[in-house]
Amino acid sequence: MNQSIPLAELMPGENGVIARLKVDEALYQRLTAMGLRVGRPICVIRRAAMSGPIQVRVGLTDLILRRADALNICISPA
Amino acid sequence: MKRLALLGMPNTGKSTFFNRLTGAGARVGNWPGVTVDLLGAKILLGGHMVEVVDLPGLYDLHGFSEDELVVRHFLENNPVDLVAIILNASQIEHQIAIALQFKLLGIPAILLLNMSDEAEKLGIRIDIRRMSESLGMPVMALSAKYGKGFAEARQAITGMLEISEQRPGLEDLKDKLAQDDLVEQQMQTIVSHSVQFPRQLPESFTARMDRLLLHPWLGLPIFFGVMFLLFQGIFLLGSPLQDAVEWLLGLISQHALEPLMSTSPGWLHGLLVDGIYNGVGTVASFVPIIVLFFLFMAVIEDTGYLSRAAFLMDALMSKLGLDGRSFVMLLMGFGCNVPALMGTRVMRSRPLRLLTMMVIPFSLCSARLQVFIFITAALFSAEHAPLVLFSLYLMSFATAILTALLFKRKLASQEPFVLELPPYRLPTLMQLWLRGWQEVRHFLHRASKFIIIGVVLVWALTHLPPGVAEASPQSYAATLGNLFSPILTPLGIDTQMTIALLFGFVAKEIVIGALAVIYGMEGDALTHQISISMDWVQAYSFMLFTLIYTPCLSTIATLRTESHSNLYAWGTVAWSLGLAWVVSFVFYQCARALGY
Ligand SMILES: Nc1nc2c(ncn2[C@@H]2O[C@H](COP(=O)(O)OP(=O)(O)OP(=O)(O)O)[C@@H](O)[C@H]2O)c(=O)[nH]1
Ligand SMILES: [Mg+2]
Repeated sequence: MNQSIPLAELMPGENGVIARLKVDEALYQRLTAMGLRVGRPICVIRRAAMSGPIQVRVGLTDLILRRADALNICISPA
Repeated sequence: MKRLALLGMPNTGKSTFFNRLTGAGARVGNWPGVTVDLLGAKILLGGHMVEVVDLPGLYDLHGFSEDELVVRHFLENNPVDLVAIILNASQIEHQIAIALQFKLLGIPAILLLNMSDEAEKLGIRIDIRRMSESLGMPVMALSAKYGKGFAEARQAITGMLEISEQRPGLEDLKDKLAQDDLVEQQMQTIVSHSVQFPRQLPESFTARMDRLLLHPWLGLPIFFGVMFLLFQGIFLLGSPLQDAVEWLLGLISQHALEPLMSTSPGWLHGLLVDGIYNGVGTVASFVPIIVLFFLFMAVIEDTGYLSRAAFLMDALMSKLGLDGRSFVMLLMGFGCNVPALMGTRVMRSRPLRLLTMMVIPFSLCSARLQVFIFITAALFSAEHAPLVLFSLYLMSFATAILTALLFKRKLASQEPFVLELPPYRLPTLMQLWLRGWQEVRHFLHRASKFIIIGVVLVWALTHLPPGVAEASPQSYAATLGNLFSPILTPLGIDTQMTIALLFGFVAKEIVIGALAVIYGMEGDALTHQISISMDWVQAYSFMLFTLIYTPCLSTIATLRTESHSNLYAWGTVAWSLGLAWVVSFVFYQCARALGY
């Protein structure tokens, strides 16, 4: 049961550990700079209506990102 | 001269520190990307003249967006003595990366752990001495907003500048940053050695607020409700102030200006009193409302609600080919379109930026609001006026939406949308005072430049050639107006209003100034005159045209410089002119056909 799932599929309140960032160089840099690094625990706070963005918490930082982009962030169970 | 650069991630308080250090009035807001251009100020520090430079925030030195490029170009092309790295102490875990990157570059730097007030409340303990030792650079805790630790930070900076040598610009900055893994490792070591995080965090005020304000279904209605209440508040407080200014200007004219000017020749009296004084005075009476408007905007900006608006609106905006940040820029455009256009620099993808910049000019800015308040007050009853204003805001959104829908395919983009959600904050009175004062200064600047020249020109057009009766069919104004009448008569816009529109192209404030001059009146007399010179259908058509046709010359200039494309800038202007004409035409002709 050690498979990773996309961040976009986590429900509010669920958490996990960032396993992989399948994104291009530019976004990779941006995400790591904002604290989304491989190995860090992450928690989904809420998802906006109408398939809008999701809000996540990494450490003490809250971020919002689109579900389309969250599909490329792989989470392994905490 | 020595040079000190302030650098750090977005929204960490660089501009707040800059303002405290230099006494300048840089714009501050709880939104990543408030500062998008360089801002310098010279101060005396320990016997040296020092140029302090406030830079846009940057996520990392690899940055690709326009605002990050500003920082990179600055660092590459300008020698600096010292870099003050400012970071948010609560986010030290990942923000410390920038400090390490600079250390690798070998630039003398000092690390300021800002927002230490918030970090303390969260229970984060930072061992400053230890961190400083392992980083190999001075580290200080600071609260730029409330001033704690400021004197010490200032002293440390002064001391470091004393012994500094200016370093030349860093060429090929990007190539020097290859050691990312090393940074990653060091970060973890330093943080684990010198920072203690609380084991468990109590639910914060921000989290509780967000449960309500970001509620999946209530979030948007609450947002629009808040906006509506704000506008109500502005008018409730602003109208009496506006009346007071009008009353004061009347007094001055009656008791000082008129007696003083009684012996001067008629034309001079006309030019100075009917032209400049009435024209500028009519515009000036709106200053209280505008200042209030910007103060309310400043509060909203500083609470952090804008990022929440981006969260709530992103789903809808994505259907228009835009994103949540575009919506925030549209909101900022309600104040003034120019900073909103510049604010799009945070977007990396050019098509997304261009599309956002294309819709921003439809945002009903505060200058246009003045025109609308003025005209609705003249032509609509007190009950109807707010509804009319509201309908114009709806039109503003509708034209923006239409534009985005029409052009989203041409300017399609796939920019990822990732944004920090900062905690809720409140501005201090000092911050508000600074902001209000900035707006007054901004107005005085515009008044002395555009508005006076504008009203003098309008006065000349309506009174020349010599000997003609004011604004009579023989005046230049009438000739000019007639030139445009084939285009504007089908919209119900008469010659006088045409002159006002022509000058409104330069800046919307001139429109009301121009009307005061054209009719040679001010205050109640002017409103009365306008109410008999046109009916409500004409007035509404005029307002629709004013809303859509073009914001002002500064906006056009900004469109051009930000896009680096004449074609884009003039294309955007042509589109809005055309759209304005069609909308006003359809409205005017339909209303008339329906018998209004
Ligand atoms: N609590 C607290 N808030 C602060 C402090 N310093 C700044 N702020 C707030 O943080 C927000 C961001 O401040 P700015 O000075 O605009 O930040 P900046 O780094 O210039 O941001 P950008 O220009 O967007 O990169 C504002 O709401 C400030 O009022 C501080 O020491 N403590
Ligand atoms: Mg700033």
